[in-house]
Amino acid sequence: MRTPDFAATRRDLVMGATLTTAAVATPRRPGARAAAADTPATGPGAPVMKIAFTVNGAARTLDVDTRTTLLDALREHLDLTGSKKGCDHGQCGACTVLVGGRRINACLTLAVMHQGDEITTVEGLGTPDRLHAMQAAFIKHDGYQCGYCTPGQICSSVAVLEEIRAGIPSHVSAELEARPQVTPAEIRERMSGNICRCGAYSNIVDAITEVAERPA
Amino acid sequence: MKPFTYERPASPAEAAAAAARHPAAKFIAGGTNLLDLMKLQIEAPPHLIDVNGLGLDGIEPMAGGGLRIGALVRNTDLAADARVRRDYALLSRALLAGASGQLRNKATTAGNLLQRTRCPYFYDTNMACNKRQPGSGCAAIGGVSRQLAVIGHSEACIATNPSDMAVALRALDAAVETIAADGATRSIPMADFHRLPGDTPQRETALRPGELITAVTLPAPVGGRQIYRKVRDRASYAFALVSVAAIVQRDGSARVALGGVAPRPWRVEAAEPEVARGAGPAMRAILDGARPTHENAFKVTLAERTLGAVLAEARG
Ligand SMILES: Cc1cc2nc3c(=O)[nH]c(=O)nc-3n(C[C@H](O)[C@H](O)[C@H](O)COP(=O)(O)OP(=O)(O)OC[C@H]3O[C@@H](n4cnc5c(N)ncnc54)[C@H](O)[C@@H]3O)c2cc1C
Ligand code: SF4
Repeated sequence: MRTPDFAATRRDLVMGATLTTAAVATPRRPGARAAAADTPATGPGAPVMKIAFTVNGAARTLDVDTRTTLLDALREHLDLTGSKKGCDHGQCGACTVLVGGRRINACLTLAVMHQGDEITTVEGLGTPDRLHAMQAAFIKHDGYQCGYCTPGQICSSVAVLEEIRAGIPSHVSAELEARPQVTPAEIRERMSGNICRCGAYSNIVDAITEVAERPA
Repeated sequence: MKPFTYERPASPAEAAAAAARHPAAKFIAGGTNLLDLMKLQIEAPPHLIDVNGLGLDGIEPMAGGGLRIGALVRNTDLAADARVRRDYALLSRALLAGASGQLRNKATTAGNLLQRTRCPYFYDTNMACNKRQPGSGCAAIGGVSRQLAVIGHSEACIATNPSDMAVALRALDAAVETIAADGATRSIPMADFHRLPGDTPQRETALRPGELITAVTLPAPVGGRQIYRKVRDRASYAFALVSVAAIVQRDGSARVALGGVAPRPWRVEAAEPEVARGAGPAMRAILDGARPTHENAFKVTLAERTLGAVLAEARG
């Protein structure tokens, strides 16, 4: 794991927080696993179950306390700390991951409910050497400041473009039966489940718009 | 969260039987409301019955022209279904006005119907709340009540039902299909599904313990201009202060259901002929007997003006 030093550029810091090495936002220490999770790995009398799923293309099996959320399984058991715990109640979107290609809040679902599922986190979208187009666009357009919400924003953005492509309407679509278009109003509405306390919203809309306009 | 055991049955009958074996168990569908409440220990089931493997995720046409919506159909998929968009636009619009893209991808038809109130005191376990802890009192009465009910409430509870989808289903005359542990099935009209609080605000629906929702049925399409207008504190991702679901026909006849004002979707069929006389007379009839708190009298005015905007749009 890379620990950015104080001379690191802001870009390095953000890439660290956005991609695999989240050392900035969540300092980790040995033994942090059980202590850091709201849902302990095991507890007295707490039932434990085995789960098997695919995370970022790799088959993983885990023994988890039934109370473990998908978010805690990813962060505390699989060390995939890209997905963030913001509110832990589905209100902020920092924990957004893709399950079977669909975006969900990983904090409001149990790991044991994802037997056999294919899960993609921000780490699985791209790597520092091979950025996903959306990751590169967020960097180019400064679609963040502190970077904490960014992994969720990026996972959500990738799914939003898929949802528009699939013809799923939104609250602001004028015609329910027409094909939805990629407009700033559509992007804002569809991204409303991802809160950014730094207020990078307009740059996030620019980043998503650029990726949408790029020929696939 | 309190520890719990977990099982994932493969058929509705097995799920209902599992509920009979574990009387304090809860079904879990999308989990977006139940897990939220379990984290706060407002709900603490010792056993969870995961209903995601029951094969209840289809939308099928019914004889007579209606639709049967499986209990596990996700809110996103229901809102995007071509038949729903064409024939039941009110339902698509209400779903799309609720929650966020991520939540709608998980939230299910049955779970949405059974989501619990957003009363701030219900969520705060330090406060008295008859719904959370029967007999403890109601901290909302005389407290912060801006978001709470203006009609249909009781001395025991003034909470609102937060669902947008349920308001559309009420206007569409939907019904809820269920199965019990003994295999008995029944269909409950939306009008009878959510209960008024009375002295027992902890009992929110007509469901019996362990009864599993299998589907929601929609009668044959009724046409008309279908409009769902939701007024909230921000443009997206907030619960309704007031919402109006309306189906307005060419001859001026209309159905109107309200969200955000009562413990259940609020529809008064006997008041609907008044719509022909305008939003003012109609809303006076629909909200006849309203008893707002010191903080939420604005909802009565807001409901009338929202209906006025909806009727103007329908005629426009
Ligand atoms: C931040 C946030 C914002 C939101 N905003 C809105 C909004 O604006 N408008 C809105 O309408 N909603 C909103 N919601 C609520 C959301 O719509 C509900 O959480 C969701 O619909 C619940 O569905 P679920 O499948 O996840 O239910 P679950 O959480 O799985 O279950 C809810 C309840 O239903 C029971 N249940 C589930 N399936 C069955 C079944 N088949 N038979 C019997 N019982 C069953 C469960 O036991 C539980 O008691 C919001 C939620 C969050 C977290
Ligand atoms: S209004 Fe109902 S839910 Fe709110 S505190 Fe009173 S009893 Fe509880």
